[in-house]
Amino acid sequence: MATKTEAPAASLSKEEILRYSRHLIMPEVGMEGQLKIKQAKVLCIGTGGLGAPLGLYLAAAGVGRIGLVDFDVVDSTNLQRQVLFGSKDVGTRKVEAAAARLHDLNPDIQIDTFETQLTSANAFELFKDYDIIVDGTDNFPTRYLVNDASVMMGKLNVYGSIFRFEGQITVFGAPDGPCYRCLYPEPPPPGLVPSCAEGGVLGVLPGIVGTIQAAEALKLIIGKGEPLIGRLLLFDALAMKFRELKLRKNPDCPVCGTHPTVRQLIDYAEFCGIRGEEAPSTVTNIPEIAPRELKTRLDRGDDIYVLDVREPHEYQICNINGHLIPLGELPQRVHELDSSKEIVAHCKSGKRSAQAVEFLQKAGFKKIHNLKGGILAWSDEVDPNVPKY
Amino acid sequence: MAVKVMIPTPLRAYAGKQETVEVQAGTVGEALSALTAKHSDLKKHLFSDDGRLRSFVNVYVNDEDIRYLQKDQTAVKAGDTISIVPSIAGGANRSRI
Repeated sequence: MATKTEAPAASLSKEEILRYSRHLIMPEVGMEGQLKIKQAKVLCIGTGGLGAPLGLYLAAAGVGRIGLVDFDVVDSTNLQRQVLFGSKDVGTRKVEAAAARLHDLNPDIQIDTFETQLTSANAFELFKDYDIIVDGTDNFPTRYLVNDASVMMGKLNVYGSIFRFEGQITVFGAPDGPCYRCLYPEPPPPGLVPSCAEGGVLGVLPGIVGTIQAAEALKLIIGKGEPLIGRLLLFDALAMKFRELKLRKNPDCPVCGTHPTVRQLIDYAEFCGIRGEEAPSTVTNIPEIAPRELKTRLDRGDDIYVLDVREPHEYQICNINGHLIPLGELPQRVHELDSSKEIVAHCKSGKRSAQAVEFLQKAGFKKIHNLKGGILAWSDEVDPNVPKY
Repeated sequence: MAVKVMIPTPLRAYAGKQETVEVQAGTVGEALSALTAKHSDLKKHLFSDDGRLRSFVNVYVNDEDIRYLQKDQTAVKAGDTISIVPSIAGGANRSRI
């Protein structure tokens, strides 16, 4: 009966030679490359859409030490794209479920889990034991944090990001290469670029981008091929086109330039114009009405104009018989509304409709309320037959 | 000169859902003006109130970043492609207002 051999890192066991034979028989990898992979230490920030293929392919390749950083819990909406997890994992901590899956794929590697949010306070400590950082995160503050910490610690940062059908991949943090701030010195203000929950994402897109990130990490480890240093790869899944743009190192970059001015990790939430963590909430001076109150008033026959500011494809998922004027069209179609009538605006969760109410208030509408919590709250509090999405 | 401007996904809603827009221009600045003249909603997404290109939006002529060329004075010739590449991060709304 075969027992697991305790081979020192500088060699491969017989089992490993068999497992990685398809790597070993290629001159570009060979024993030398596979040993480098075995000795490599890669930290994956995020175990979601990008982290799933990334973790799987790094584990499959035999990366000797993989760190996983994620503080989230698996929920059913993740399963459309986060293929590391299964239905049985819903409700489990992502790093736990991820480690279990990766260990099953490759029991011989070391997997470190960090169920924590990456912050300025812990970044250096988390990064220090790894050679390569892979950015699979989902928000701007963390991306700037990962970038700055990588540059300050001299670690390569394999960057990948996605939106709907498009992706971007590059490698930051190389000694003579650019960093994230060379590409984008400042983040967009909050509210301008939608998240996956609001903009949606084609499930396979992070699958493709995350796999490309894994490929780049492996190339950097074995030192073969042309890495995406100084190159921004743009991918459009709908057109199925790849394009490449040149990324230059900015000599005046505050983090990686010749005279860096940012030498310590900063408050990234503040840098990105965000104050703290919160659930979506309406601006305080937007008048609101709770779903149950709206229901009561509609049932008793009150003449209320229900304005739905979502998109047509959302209306098809579910609706409460509102009049559909998508938010983006409101300025041009405001004449369709009667300001003498009572209007209740709603969207999915209450954010877009709050903007609609604000806009209409400025346009002179006085009898206007925002449906608190949107159609999601209506489903929770009034009519569970209305599907949530 | 007829040049193509490639519109990134997050901004297509403001450009009549088009992926590319053809404009007549001699420089990048002229091309972006022509673009925002055709699609006025794009203006506030590309430019701040003082008329400067927003710092989370990069513009390329073919594969070169205009910040390393002549910025909005960068000349364009027929058949050039101008790409607008905004910052994207994917993911969560957890950290937003």
